[in-house]
Amino acid sequence: MSAKNEDMNGHSSSEIVASDRESTPASTSHEADPIADPGLHHPPPRLTDVDPKAERRAERQVAGMFSLASILLVLSIVAYIVFEIAPDDPDDGVSVGDVQISNFTLGITLGLATLLIGLGAVQWARALMKSPELVHERHELRSDDNIREAALADFETGTEETGFGRRKMIRNSLLGSLALLPLPAVVLLRDLGPANGPSPVDAKETTIWSEGVRVVTDVTFQPIRAADLELGQLVNAMPETFEDLPDHGPERINARAKVPVMVIRMAPEELHVAEGRENWHVDGIVAYSKICTHVGCPISLYERTTHHMLCPCHQSTFDLADAGKVIFGPATRSLPQLPLAVDGEGYLIAQSDFHEPVGPTYWER
Amino acid sequence: MSAIVNGAGKVVDFVDERITASNWLKRNIRKVFPDHWSFLLGEIALFSFILILLSGVFLTLWFKPSMAHIVYDGAYTPLRGTGMSEAYASTLELSFEVRGGLLMRQVHHWGALVFLAAMSAHMLRVFFTGAFRKPREMNWLVGVTLLFLGVATGFTGYSLPDDLLSGTGLRIIEGGMLAIPVVGTYLSWLLFGGEYPGDDIVSRLYPLHILLFPGLIILLVTVHLMLLWYQKHTHWGGSGKTNKNVVGAPFWPVYVFKAGGFQFIVFGVIILMAATIQINPVWFWGPYDPAVVSAGTQPDWYVGFLDGALRVMPPWEPEIFGYPLTLSVLIPAIILPGLILTPLALYPWIEQYATGDRREHHVLDRPRNQPVRTGIGVAFITFYLQLWIAGGNDFFATVLDIPVNWITRFIQFGLIVLTPLSFWVTKRICIGLQRRDRDTLLHGRETGVIMVSPSGEFSELHEPLDPHSAYDLAFRERQLPIDPGPATDANGVPNPSYKANRRRARLSRFYFGDVVQKPTAEELEAAQHHELERGDRQQELTSGQQ
Amino acid sequence: MKSPSSRPAGRRSRLSRALSSRRRHPLAAIAVLVAVLFTCGGAYAALAPSASVSTDAASSTQIDDGKKLFAVGCASCHGLGGEGIVKEDGTVLGPSLIGVGAAAVDFQVGTGRMPMAAPNAQAERKPVAYNDEQIAALSAYVASLAPGPDVPDEEDVDPSAGDVARGGELFRANCAQCHNTTGQGGALSMGQYAPSLTGVSPKHIYEAMITGPQAMPVFNDETIPAQDKQDIIAFLKSVEEEPNPGGLGIGRAGPVAEGLWAWLIGIGVLIGMATWIVTRSSKS
Repeated sequence: MSAKNEDMNGHSSSEIVASDRESTPASTSHEADPIADPGLHHPPPRLTDVDPKAERRAERQVAGMFSLASILLVLSIVAYIVFEIAPDDPDDGVSVGDVQISNFTLGITLGLATLLIGLGAVQWARALMKSPELVHERHELRSDDNIREAALADFETGTEETGFGRRKMIRNSLLGSLALLPLPAVVLLRDLGPANGPSPVDAKETTIWSEGVRVVTDVTFQPIRAADLELGQLVNAMPETFEDLPDHGPERINARAKVPVMVIRMAPEELHVAEGRENWHVDGIVAYSKICTHVGCPISLYERTTHHMLCPCHQSTFDLADAGKVIFGPATRSLPQLPLAVDGEGYLIAQSDFHEPVGPTYWER
Repeated sequence: MSAIVNGAGKVVDFVDERITASNWLKRNIRKVFPDHWSFLLGEIALFSFILILLSGVFLTLWFKPSMAHIVYDGAYTPLRGTGMSEAYASTLELSFEVRGGLLMRQVHHWGALVFLAAMSAHMLRVFFTGAFRKPREMNWLVGVTLLFLGVATGFTGYSLPDDLLSGTGLRIIEGGMLAIPVVGTYLSWLLFGGEYPGDDIVSRLYPLHILLFPGLIILLVTVHLMLLWYQKHTHWGGSGKTNKNVVGAPFWPVYVFKAGGFQFIVFGVIILMAATIQINPVWFWGPYDPAVVSAGTQPDWYVGFLDGALRVMPPWEPEIFGYPLTLSVLIPAIILPGLILTPLALYPWIEQYATGDRREHHVLDRPRNQPVRTGIGVAFITFYLQLWIAGGNDFFATVLDIPVNWITRFIQFGLIVLTPLSFWVTKRICIGLQRRDRDTLLHGRETGVIMVSPSGEFSELHEPLDPHSAYDLAFRERQLPIDPGPATDANGVPNPSYKANRRRARLSRFYFGDVVQKPTAEELEAAQHHELERGDRQQELTSGQQ
Repeated sequence: MKSPSSRPAGRRSRLSRALSSRRRHPLAAIAVLVAVLFTCGGAYAALAPSASVSTDAASSTQIDDGKKLFAVGCASCHGLGGEGIVKEDGTVLGPSLIGVGAAAVDFQVGTGRMPMAAPNAQAERKPVAYNDEQIAALSAYVASLAPGPDVPDEEDVDPSAGDVARGGELFRANCAQCHNTTGQGGALSMGQYAPSLTGVSPKHIYEAMITGPQAMPVFNDETIPAQDKQDIIAFLKSVEEEPNPGGLGIGRAGPVAEGLWAWLIGIGVLIGMATWIVTRSSKS
């Protein structure tokens, strides 16, 4: 740490700047000010400074605000006690109107009280405090050169006393241990993720859909007969195996982030069947993953007349009559389609799991 | 009263005998604080933050940060029998079974929105007035960090109730993480404790939201205020106010009462908002379900620009080494925040490079006197606002009855066209204002009185400015582009740093090439002389009626 | 007020004198206007074709009446037999109504969406053009073209008989993505939209679900049974009537509106306060 000889404004002798002027930087002109400083502009006296009646009125104003605040604070406690929200019979449930009244009364009293305290304090300062306008000098923020040199000298003395520069073995081994010190801290975070089980990539590639799994309605979990679906119908659906998942733990909610599908019926002639997917639909009934391939919102804004599926989050739009291709918006991948079939009783079933991972793209996809 | 004073005196005496308190008190008790409304924006941020802390402590006494699945059987009947997490259920409890619970929730949330808005407004004020220049660059960095921490705290906070709206936001975060090359899936795995959403995330965000981030904010705010206290606040230059002094009211009593009063005013306004305007009605959104989404899903306003960027980004996904690089998500979610924060944080040094100015600056710039800096700021605001509008494109589509696709296209176009256009327009406006200032200095204030000369020439009578106003208006530096100096010296030896000087000179020209300078003393004299002559020659034209 | 008449005074009748003396009265113009209005209105009322349809409950009369109304008001887009009209370039002027059922007609005409005022991305709710009897006639006629969903009975859509909590779960799973969790509506692509559900009658909600109007998909009774639909209706009416406990609802629109108000009111008021705080009180 060598001390550069810099003047008060940060210019040192090794400065690149072309201009060598002492107190101004290169980008500022040296010309004198066209007008002389007329000195501080002193504001005129306030009404409360000259008129004792005005002064007393201001005093009453301020005291009034504080007093009103006190009253309101007491009123807030009264409101808390008087405006109850707990229903007399707990089975009844709360009356939302009661909550509205409680919220309003508590809030108005507390809000006005605090506001008035503030207004009173400010008005006191504005109208009554006789403080003059003060001028203080700013001192230069840079330390004096001799103090800087003395500090530097003290540090160098201490450093010399350690012999750090000479004792290379100590220095290198210390630096080595310090460099390694943060590593265990990072490693200790590894078990934030599960210790065993499938890797994140493997987990993305399978869902609980598989061959023969019935398609059931969401919320009510009823199987769906193909013949019951009308043209233009949309069903938000789940696999029947969802109900077999354990009640506690995250498996159910994790499944709900991967397996929901949308079942749509359109006229077979409107369906543009992709190669290799000829038997994925059942008489115009198709099923697509509900999880958007952009960043994972569940979609299902089905626009019947155009067969477009719109995601409300970022407006990615998919054409369900054309293998779920993206036709607008930031999504880059078409919506995964679930191959459908019917079982012996006419209920819709999946032929297999999805043929590609569901949801947003990731590196290893 | 005197008993209180005596008591206080005893306390001060006790402390002073142990830590030499009076030294510090003597130096600081009448410290000067300049007064201007724009200096109070930072205070709005500070005071709203304190209210957030207080209301937050209240909420922690009831909130359960657990994703354990329960079937609701509480007071709000429209949700009875619905499955939800304990976090959501405890939020319902706060709203419907705890008196003042809904109020505190709303105080906390309105407070957070106001906190971030105040920080942004304060940051813009500091930017447009050049208060980030030496010696305040460190404070600028602290401020940018505080803004970032504020956004992080807000995001973790509104994700805690585990409602449909914030859960959808978490899903989008997961999608954003997945787009990160190589490590994306593992990062998501670690954050969520496995597959999305798992049952860990709320309890992991909780300590971040109530402990780590607020702790860092408190620490950095203290540093921020200590720096401000030591370096003293900047002020507007003018009569009697120079770069070497500071003029204003004393800390005790005026500033304490005005700032302390403002604290209560900020409290009051936010509490009144919480009393009268509903915010984040989680019972209407319903509990988070990854298979359910609502129309009109947006994050809180301060994250809206990121959501907007996600909406307007074209669907780019090139392949590198056989792997997909999802730029359509990576750019808006990861790269864009970095692209905004980095130049923002480094701006004091960028400008210092352009000006070569290493002096201390305690006098503020009028925005018009820095046309390029102001233009850059307005261009940034334009860019940000367009992204924010894009984030609410379905909201605006519904309210304004415009197809949502048109809004997306318009913003895509506007980001490229309107942003530089706003820079250029702002710069021209600033230069125009500078010209007007210069004219006012040279020729005086327009009075509206028409004069006619014997030859029939009409002109307007100008009144010279009073010395205070004239001095205030002329209080600015002459800033000229840097001269890179000669390529070779007198003996033909090439200057090794010439290329670097020239680069810097170019940036400096960009900044100061078009600035309208204030008049010199000679020009001022000449103009005043001219006015006197003209005044002698002409008669005042009075209106027809006597 | 002088009479401009050039006739000698005695030749004119008293009446004509009285009338002409009032011709230039300030209220003369108003009197004439009112008289003309009453004349025209009365003539219209007397001579215009009767708007009311026979209240005869016999359905064949109703179907005939419906057919007549249909021919006048609907056939230009939907064809005289309700078969729909497709233009040469392939765009559909009006879709086929064969099989849509009485429910569809009751919904579309009953909410004013039909007849459509002008070609648009979507038909919007507007003042209803027909009275209840006419709507019933139209529905009967269209229902006679082919079997389709019927208008529901009142008990089937009575909100008080529905389970609000269950309806909420069903609504959020099936409807909220388009209509928003409180039924405020939302934007669809290219100018289409899911309308707000506030103020919509239970019957119309039922009919919309079962017929899938315009961009809305169909939710028939096989996959969302009638009881589930009633629960959904109960939920919607409950949400609509529920007060906003936090204060003003600001449209129940979410964070965009909240952010706007935080800046406008929060920051706006506080900056206003700041401009006041830094001043001194009024000068002498």
